[in-house]
Amino acid sequence: MSSIPEELKYTKEHEWIAGLAEGATVTVGITAYAAEALGDVVFVQVPEVGSTVSAGDSIGEVESTKSVSDIFAPVSGEVIEVNDAVVDDPSLVNSDPFGDGWMFRIRVAGDDPGNLLSPVEYTALTIGDS
Amino acid sequence: MSRPTPLREVHESLGATLTDFAGWLMPLRYGSESAEHNAVREAAGLFDLSHMGEIHLTGPGAAAALDYALVSELSTLAPGRARYTMICAESGGVLDDLIVYRLAPDSFMVVANASNYLRVAAELTTRSEPYDVVVEDRSEEYALIAVQGPRSVEIVAKLTDADLAGLKYYAGLPGAVAGFDALIARTGYTGEDGFELFVAAADAVPLWQALTEAGEPYGLRPAGLSARDTLRLEAGMPLYGNELSEELTPFDAGLGRVVKFDKAGDFVGRAALEPLRDVPARRRRVGLVATGRRVPRHGYPVVSRADGSVVGEVTSGAPSQSLGRPIAMAYIDTDVDSGVTGGLAVDIRGTHEPVEMVELPFYRRNK
Repeated sequence: MSSIPEELKYTKEHEWIAGLAEGATVTVGITAYAAEALGDVVFVQVPEVGSTVSAGDSIGEVESTKSVSDIFAPVSGEVIEVNDAVVDDPSLVNSDPFGDGWMFRIRVAGDDPGNLLSPVEYTALTIGDS
Repeated sequence: MSRPTPLREVHESLGATLTDFAGWLMPLRYGSESAEHNAVREAAGLFDLSHMGEIHLTGPGAAAALDYALVSELSTLAPGRARYTMICAESGGVLDDLIVYRLAPDSFMVVANASNYLRVAAELTTRSEPYDVVVEDRSEEYALIAVQGPRSVEIVAKLTDADLAGLKYYAGLPGAVAGFDALIARTGYTGEDGFELFVAAADAVPLWQALTEAGEPYGLRPAGLSARDTLRLEAGMPLYGNELSEELTPFDAGLGRVVKFDKAGDFVGRAALEPLRDVPARRRRVGLVATGRRVPRHGYPVVSRADGSVVGEVTSGAPSQSLGRPIAMAYIDTDVDSGVTGGLAVDIRGTHEPVEMVELPFYRRNK
């Protein structure tokens, strides 16, 4: 059972969202559960800084030895920063999915961040998966 | 519900990610599949291949039955040796690729892929009817454990008195390994030296444990199907369901060398295959190396960079540990060569990613 930090929000697509409580800029990555399911991540494509995204858009991809998955925008807004380190070294997604493996930051537009899951709801989702 | 192998509990205790593969619950990886891949290239890996099928043909008509049932000439195989071959349909399409071991003059073991072995067993039974031979699907009785990699000789030698030095590639001899009766075969699917140990299912767990202990000083680590797939891909080895199918003949797959037309008598597929013998194939199986980091995968179109026209299709693809770049096998139209204007690309989900066409294999071990 992989860890599911209490302070984060989640999506059904196994992304985590940090910073919602503090204000308008969120950090996004994929969960440890997703990283374990993918296996060794070999390629991460992140959106361009400055691009405007809508919640639910496919804005990147994460590729492992065996599979490739889309990364979706969990919220609507503008991409203000991307993690070049994870692009250079995609194994950070496996070694530190909730930390150095973060992927991008979005300045949230509007006040409804969309349909995000609490840690308890996300835990239930991962149990239902396995 | 997937069938477990005799080693399921061992895999679980090792923390393996298990996956359904051809109806079997198999270890996909134990930790990092890249580390498992590298261990096989640099030291050794331990594989559970108990999902493979083992079909025995025994009797004075066994060799003749296999000469009829398969495309190769098994009657010329020396006892103690093994051969890579195929079983084809009347249409010439490949039903499975096989390794056949001649255990004794009148005794053969056919090793078939997990996805196909029931059909292979049924076909061998039907095709053997005119011959004095008994066909038995003994897959349930066997576990198959492979030790693959440059250190595998040293590891297995610690557990057996069998003459490993005298055991050639594609040969097999009966012997005791860690005290358990085994067919010790020098075969594999990784591009490395190594052994495949056919043992009784009940001996699988203690043999695995003995190999784990013997291999510890040599860097042996358990390796799952994910590493097995990238290893065989680097070695340019076909996988049934990817590079091989009933829709393709051995010639289509670039493996026409396994078909022996000069053997006496008919064989299943001869009538369809013989006219193809000297006809240039429409497509050929090639290697692709991506220049970027995105991975060409099974089913992706290969296109001309000049005009975007489709010239082939990827059959297998993965990031290559040994090359540090994504690699793929693909079928390419034979009128396309590596000098095609502007080169080739793979359509990776709508983007044409450049690739270089190379001859197979991608990786060849130093002998």
